[in-house]
Amino acid sequence: MSTTVTERPSRTTLFDGLGRYIPIGVTVALLIVMYLGGIAAFPRFSSPQVIASLFIDNAALLIIAVGMTFVILSGGIDLSVGSMMAFSTMSIAALTVDLGVPAEVAVAAVLAFGTLSGLFTGAVIHYFNVQPFIATLAGLFLYRGLTLQLSDHDVSMRDIAFFDWGMLRMDFAGGQRDGGFSLPNISFIALAVVIVAFIVLHYTRFGRGVYAVGGSESSALLMGLPVARTKVGVYAVSGFCAALGGVVAAYYTKSANPLAGVGLELDAIAAVVIGGTILTGGTGFVLGTVAGVMVMGLLTTLIAFQGDLSSWWARIVVGVLLLAFILLQRFLSRSGEKRRT
Amino acid sequence: MNAYLKRLIWPLAVLVTLIVVNIAQTGFDFIVPSVHDGRLGGAFVNILRNSVPLLLIALGMTLVIATKGIDLSVGAVYAIGAAIACQWIIDRDQSAFGTILTAVILALLVAAVIGAWNGAMVAYFGVQPIVATLILMIAGRGIAQLITGGQIPSVSDSTPFVELGRGAIATIPVPIVIGVLVFAVLALLTRTTALGMLLEAVGGNPAASRLAGIRSKGITILAYLVCGFCAGLAGLIGAANLGSADANNGGLWIELDAILAVVIGGTALIGGRFFLLGTVIGVAIIETLNVTIINVGLSSQWQFTAKAIVVFVVAVLQSPEFRAWLLKPFRRPDGGEPAPEPADDKEALAK
Repeated sequence: MSTTVTERPSRTTLFDGLGRYIPIGVTVALLIVMYLGGIAAFPRFSSPQVIASLFIDNAALLIIAVGMTFVILSGGIDLSVGSMMAFSTMSIAALTVDLGVPAEVAVAAVLAFGTLSGLFTGAVIHYFNVQPFIATLAGLFLYRGLTLQLSDHDVSMRDIAFFDWGMLRMDFAGGQRDGGFSLPNISFIALAVVIVAFIVLHYTRFGRGVYAVGGSESSALLMGLPVARTKVGVYAVSGFCAALGGVVAAYYTKSANPLAGVGLELDAIAAVVIGGTILTGGTGFVLGTVAGVMVMGLLTTLIAFQGDLSSWWARIVVGVLLLAFILLQRFLSRSGEKRRT
Repeated sequence: MNAYLKRLIWPLAVLVTLIVVNIAQTGFDFIVPSVHDGRLGGAFVNILRNSVPLLLIALGMTLVIATKGIDLSVGAVYAIGAAIACQWIIDRDQSAFGTILTAVILALLVAAVIGAWNGAMVAYFGVQPIVATLILMIAGRGIAQLITGGQIPSVSDSTPFVELGRGAIATIPVPIVIGVLVFAVLALLTRTTALGMLLEAVGGNPAASRLAGIRSKGITILAYLVCGFCAGLAGLIGAANLGSADANNGGLWIELDAILAVVIGGTALIGGRFFLLGTVIGVAIIETLNVTIINVGLSSQWQFTAKAIVVFVVAVLQSPEFRAWLLKPFRRPDGGEPAPEPADDKEALAK
């Protein structure tokens, strides 16, 4: 019965190794279609500032989605990022405004706390074999609760000069007025995170370990890879990114909202999936996540330009995109399995 | 049956402790029901009445988790069910019984179809349950807003629809009657027929159960369908109680509470086993906990923190690795991983 299917495919085609690039290719194609469609429909859409704005309005989401990419690549999930982001922003506000702590110290403390919290979550997940969904669900409740206990109303940080730095703009190609564009410092933070994440994932042992653990944890263990360190590490990365997202949000709005980032974890997961990363882990790219965030940002921009469509269409379209990408991934992985056997 | 009772002892003990704390704070009025305007009232009856939407969703979730799945879309389905019913009623004759009946049937039908869709994604396309239901968790509230046109439709207070949330049958509040009915039907269906065993078989090992002749795909779809139906019914009761449907905030995070209730009740997320009565106790614990926090004088913001602690403690106590680690000082390391037996569970909890 199995004699006929065990032989290898007789010829290799050009696309054999490229299968893993199909999802990200589709995302980039979608991005181009959306952008060209926007230009065709709205004259002002062609301004380079439209693209630049994507990296300003979505800077925090981008950073958090990059952290989420690490976790999902390793086969886990992190639901606590939205609450963690709100808690970080609120902690900075409480430390600087109420207690008069220097802003630099507050930011450093928040980043350290986010990383440690991620380390702890990762340790619980790995050593006690608690499901990532449940362990990070506790974080979702805990940090939202702590945020609300710090303050249940908005706290303004306008009087603290430190937070002016984040929105200082740098002009490119002559600035917005002369047909160029400008980017504030928070966009550079986000882009730096993307570059560092790209290098870590593709050119370091830790990064390759993340892919290996996501592909098959038991295989990674048998190969002698540091599974424990990798699994705990990805949650630390995600915790750090969530805290950094909170810092960027503090720069962006110069205020702390206790209900900021409700549902942000879903946006981050959606961006990662649209970016071509498979939720079971092992396959995906951090640059795909950038494309995923851009697709979601461009969608919001298009709806804003159109004017008549209501904001809830964005959610429905994101849902449809998710469905399409998940089915595409299923189809690709099934055809891959068939080829291999 | 003995093992079953042992499983329930710890959740029951927690619930009784919470009730005792409340009685100590507010007196015996907390537990003793009173009769106002021909229906039961009192603090504890109100807790039960308000917990019915969560109870319905948690019961559906129990069946889904029994098949090794999870349904994140229930909060969105709650919002869709509420939106359909309220929008249908305000566009028509609000006092006509036929309108109400059509609205209820329509909402439940749509909710069941959404559930079946989730089930089909899991059973036929082989998508992970978290992912398959995530799609509707994100898109669902958008759909609910589409139905209501971004407004919050409010039905008039005179329509019979609100009786679903506020009325009483023989002095017992209608939501409690519905909750008991749904529980009884599900318990009878799963424990007096083979359905419960089939659900557990599918959750334990889908491939093996298929080879044993169980139509595992059909069973999976049925579990998600029931879960969607329960979520829609919960949405109807919630909307009837408020007299309006809020597409954005109605049933927000109820999926997380429901999963928490199921886990507290002793149903492990790995599937293959389920305890409907445990889920009922889990729901009662969550709702009583919320009231207890207010009664002992803490601010309502503590609700999130308390829930986080409950999630963490329950998750860690259910982990065999943690129990082995806890028991290490008391036991010679023999290398054998303790099986998650109820007796072992109790022993670990006692330490």
